[in-house]
Amino acid sequence: MSPDLDLLERRLLFVTGKGGVGKTSVAAALALLAAGRGQRTLLVEIDARGAIADVLESGPTAFDPREVAPRLWAMSMDTEESLREYLKLQLRVPMLARIGPLARSLDFVATAAPGVKEILTVGKIAWEVRERHYDLVVVDASATGHVVGQLAAPEAINELVQVGRVREQTRWMLDLLSDPMVTGTVVVATPEEMPVTETLELVDRLEVETRVPLAAVVVNKVLPELFGRGEQEVFDRLCTPARRHQLASVVAGPVDPVIDGADLAVRLRRSRAEHITRLRTELPRDLPLLYVPYLFTRAHGMRTTRSLAEALGAELGY
Amino acid sequence: MSAGGLEQLCAAREIVVTCGSGGVGKTTTAAALGAMAASQLGGKVLVLTVDPARRLATALGLERFGNVETQVPPALFAEAGVEARGELWAAMLDTKQSWDDLVRAHAPDAATRDAILANPLYRNITAKFVQSHDYIAMERLHEIHRSGRYDLIVVDTPPTRNAIDFLEAPERMADFFSSRLLRWLITPYRSRLVNAASKPFYTMADRILGSQFLADIAEFFVLFQTMYDGFVERAQAVSRTIADRRTSFVVVSTLEDAPVREAEFFMQALVDRELHLGALVLNKVLPAWFADPAAAEVAGRLVRDADEVAGALTHVPLPVAGEAASGASGHLEPLGERAQVGRVLREIGQSFDDYRIVATREREQAAVLARHPELVVSVPHLDHDVCDLPGLVDLGRALW
Repeated sequence: MSPDLDLLERRLLFVTGKGGVGKTSVAAALALLAAGRGQRTLLVEIDARGAIADVLESGPTAFDPREVAPRLWAMSMDTEESLREYLKLQLRVPMLARIGPLARSLDFVATAAPGVKEILTVGKIAWEVRERHYDLVVVDASATGHVVGQLAAPEAINELVQVGRVREQTRWMLDLLSDPMVTGTVVVATPEEMPVTETLELVDRLEVETRVPLAAVVVNKVLPELFGRGEQEVFDRLCTPARRHQLASVVAGPVDPVIDGADLAVRLRRSRAEHITRLRTELPRDLPLLYVPYLFTRAHGMRTTRSLAEALGAELGY
Repeated sequence: MSAGGLEQLCAAREIVVTCGSGGVGKTTTAAALGAMAASQLGGKVLVLTVDPARRLATALGLERFGNVETQVPPALFAEAGVEARGELWAAMLDTKQSWDDLVRAHAPDAATRDAILANPLYRNITAKFVQSHDYIAMERLHEIHRSGRYDLIVVDTPPTRNAIDFLEAPERMADFFSSRLLRWLITPYRSRLVNAASKPFYTMADRILGSQFLADIAEFFVLFQTMYDGFVERAQAVSRTIADRRTSFVVVSTLEDAPVREAEFFMQALVDRELHLGALVLNKVLPAWFADPAAAEVAGRLVRDADEVAGALTHVPLPVAGEAASGASGHLEPLGERAQVGRVLREIGQSFDDYRIVATREREQAAVLARHPELVVSVPHLDHDVCDLPGLVDLGRALW
């Protein structure tokens, strides 16, 4: 389980969660927060979908990291590039041309030896951490269904390959990935039925099937509490037909949408509160929970990511 | 909200595949369609989920279901107040189990079968690695469809990018098994003679992976080679099933930025592959009245003049015992302290403004998406998650 260590003091964070919970936004916000606090930070996008470019308004990212904000570098994973770099740096393989077009060879090797793509991904990330090119590496990792396979890849390869260069490589990777002072997983959830259920399952699976330690759970899109003490009763009375009628005559306009809208907001908030309770009671006690509000914004972009970073910073006590 | 319109699609097709990015309600939509088809159209309907996460069981009120197709208890429909004309079945794909079944069915003899099942590489491929999932899912779908046991199969896919992998899985499998590279790899294991052309490759592979691992790989493929013809043939048959007129795709999305982009991407991918895009389901859509300008005006007024409005609402002489009530609101229960009422009004107006921003953005997204498919179905934002059969039926009605 997670030691009593500040989240951003680790050197490698894998951010994961069920699709649609805001995994990429949270990863970008954590990276932005760390960079803002003076850490040289690398943000890695695993599924090259350009989502990071959207939330940071950075323009397209590539395999070569690019500084997109002060002290914040962004890159997108590319297993072929990763293999190329690995062969060049680690093995000093001469005459790459002789093994033919690398893309075809990689496809072939990757299909023949499953886990190769996963290990090239995790390996590149672990290498950046080991070489201390950055103070912190934040990974926008795969979604819940696939992240376990990715994080378990070094171990799986380690079991399969009994000798040779790769085995040595996976050994240091495993050391680095299993050290709670270095590496942590951040699971992002929204307070809804399925995301909470999947988060609980994922937390279990990560503990059982991988050696990567858990660092925190981020509860994203928490809806605001509309009414304080005694105010809900006032609102309930406002909802009665007579009061609606009265309000309509005072403001001279349609009040039903406004009142029904607030009613919907209250009900949404209430159903979500139950799921927050479930997370709190069923997650391991010493796993920190960070709450981030739902942001009512026009579009996602740097402004939203900044707000998210601020909210996370507040939760972390910065 | 208008009637959905997926009834026609479910009645006319034999396979309906729901796809879209994670968290948009794809699994629930698949289950709701299955529940509606089983209860309204009759016949035998199977909901097959290929998502690694185990969610469908909860929604169907099944404690747990695995690789084996399980019938949703008819009593559950009765409890939900629905008269079911047909049967609803559910199955979840267990990758490992399905691969084992496949090997058992296609291995030429018991020795090969056992050798494959015991090969360390095979065990890892099937148990741990993601890619094998996509192929086996398609294989299973094809197998079930061919068996003719069901009138309709509703398939829930993994999130979008993976759904593309899912579409391409049979082709990739066929390509792979018929590739020259594969034969090239297997040759030295068989003959122990490395020819000059392939030597650099093996030298490098040996250095990186160690020769034992290479031997494991080679053994694995030599064994699989025995099932070669069957595999390629089946992979092609699976591809044909997906492209068949009896199969249709339903793309599901919410109106948030990322899912919308994924939905667009996926719809384009379907069009490019000449697959049938049956409908777009827009999920968790906020009510249209959030976009009402007159209501926005009222909300603005509540934020600006909350105290003044609160004054007007609370400044009503309270009925005194024995006296006739004065005015229409005389019988009303007191609303509250003026200051408190003001705070509530301001909060209501503010909340409307917040949601209006989101609703406006959503309308724009919906307009963009609706350009692609023939049929667009909107499902409102439900304030409770759908996690039981009555919930699925409610959702199903909105889709139907």
